[in-house]
Amino acid sequence: MGGIPMNQATIFDLIGTGPNGWGPALAAGALMTILIATAGFLIGAVFGCLGAWAKISGGPVTRAIAGTYTTVLRGIPDLLVIYLFYFGGSAVVTAIGRLFGATGFIGFPGFLAGALAVGITSGAQQTEVLRGAYHAVHPGELEAATACGMSSWVRFHRILAPLALRYALPGMGNVWQVVLKESALVSVTGVVELLRQAQIGAGSTSLPFDFYIIAAAIYLAISTVSGGLLQFSERRFSRGVRRG
Amino acid sequence: MDLPFLYETFLTLISAVPLTLQLAASAIILGAVLALGLALCRLSGILPLDWLARAYIFVFRGTPLLVQIFLIYYGLGQFREVRQSMFWFVLRDPYWCAVIALMLNTASYSAEIIRGGLLAVPHGQIEAARACGMSRLLVFRRITMPLAIRQALPGYSNEMISMVKATSLASVITIMEVTGVAAKLISETYRAVEVFMVAGAIYLAINFILTRFVAIAEYQMSPHLRQPASLRDVPAAEAR
Repeated sequence: MGGIPMNQATIFDLIGTGPNGWGPALAAGALMTILIATAGFLIGAVFGCLGAWAKISGGPVTRAIAGTYTTVLRGIPDLLVIYLFYFGGSAVVTAIGRLFGATGFIGFPGFLAGALAVGITSGAQQTEVLRGAYHAVHPGELEAATACGMSSWVRFHRILAPLALRYALPGMGNVWQVVLKESALVSVTGVVELLRQAQIGAGSTSLPFDFYIIAAAIYLAISTVSGGLLQFSERRFSRGVRRG
Repeated sequence: MDLPFLYETFLTLISAVPLTLQLAASAIILGAVLALGLALCRLSGILPLDWLARAYIFVFRGTPLLVQIFLIYYGLGQFREVRQSMFWFVLRDPYWCAVIALMLNTASYSAEIIRGGLLAVPHGQIEAARACGMSRLLVFRRITMPLAIRQALPGYSNEMISMVKATSLASVITIMEVTGVAAKLISETYRAVEVFMVAGAIYLAINFILTRFVAIAEYQMSPHLRQPASLRDVPAAEAR
């Protein structure tokens, strides 16, 4: 039977840096979580921009592709996408390895699989956020820019992008929170992020409750701090907007 | 494309669909009850209740569902008191742990959706009902609740879809629903793309049917927003 060992390690010993301390390991895990979430979010931003561009100014074919992308990726579980990239990526890498004379199985790096999977699912959400933000920009502003003789590139980076990003910020903040929590699923590929580190700790001390509570508290701290930063930037980038 | 393999995969995965639906349905129904309670706490104006609900929502929306599942399934078993209590036969079972975790998680999101719906009920409607002499409970049952449900339904359907998707996490604690079976098939056959396609199609179909049902419910609940049937087909010239 598991249970609490005789030398009662308190939860504070666990998060400390002492002999029983898992502090440094958990901090490294939290850093990995932030890295995966950031990488996934940035990959998602690339997909989101492409998707939004396809939906706004694409032809019927690109629009249909973008529509299928967002419908499918928002309708299937993220865990399934992670499995696809992790196992599918390994199969592809192994096949390529065989072409070059390698024998046996080559694993796909879990971090890459996780970041790609998180990126592609969040890209579908970001597509919709960016599309909504584009439509929130008043057409008169773009017309005025054209009337001033701006080329379409100048109009994009001086007028459209700053305005649309301001409207997109709250939605992007939501996507970031989702991505942060989704990054926990990457633990199934064996990447030692926060949740996986907590699992390892739980396994070797048989104190699962303490470790998962610590992990939950760290997730809560990360999401609260990043939520605060987002609110701050929302206020900062909407300085020119008159309220009420 | 290997059609026989796809067909075989489909047959294997479709047998796991009832479990996925059962998980989703029990989590959504139990979660809705808890969410209504939380929303009422938030709106009660009683500060301790309000803060309790706020704290609950903050914690459950701020942490990943997978952590919550692990906390309930692996974490609670750490305590001797829990292992010896009468609830242990529930908390020992991965199925019930998954249902509890999903329910607690969806309640936190749904509570805010329901609160928004309740707040969106026009004050005049409630005033009119009070003026007709209805008791508070009657007003809530006949006026506030139906209007709030109608208002919250679009947001709530998003939450239901994400719950269907969230049932996939139950596979991590050994429950063989669609994703669990799919992961097992992938690791047995190493044909990730084919299995993924079939499993993805099943989830898409479930979610598509779910959104259709919600759309029908939405239509049924908003007769006051539609033109009466007798007026609809009158050509513009005659209507004048």
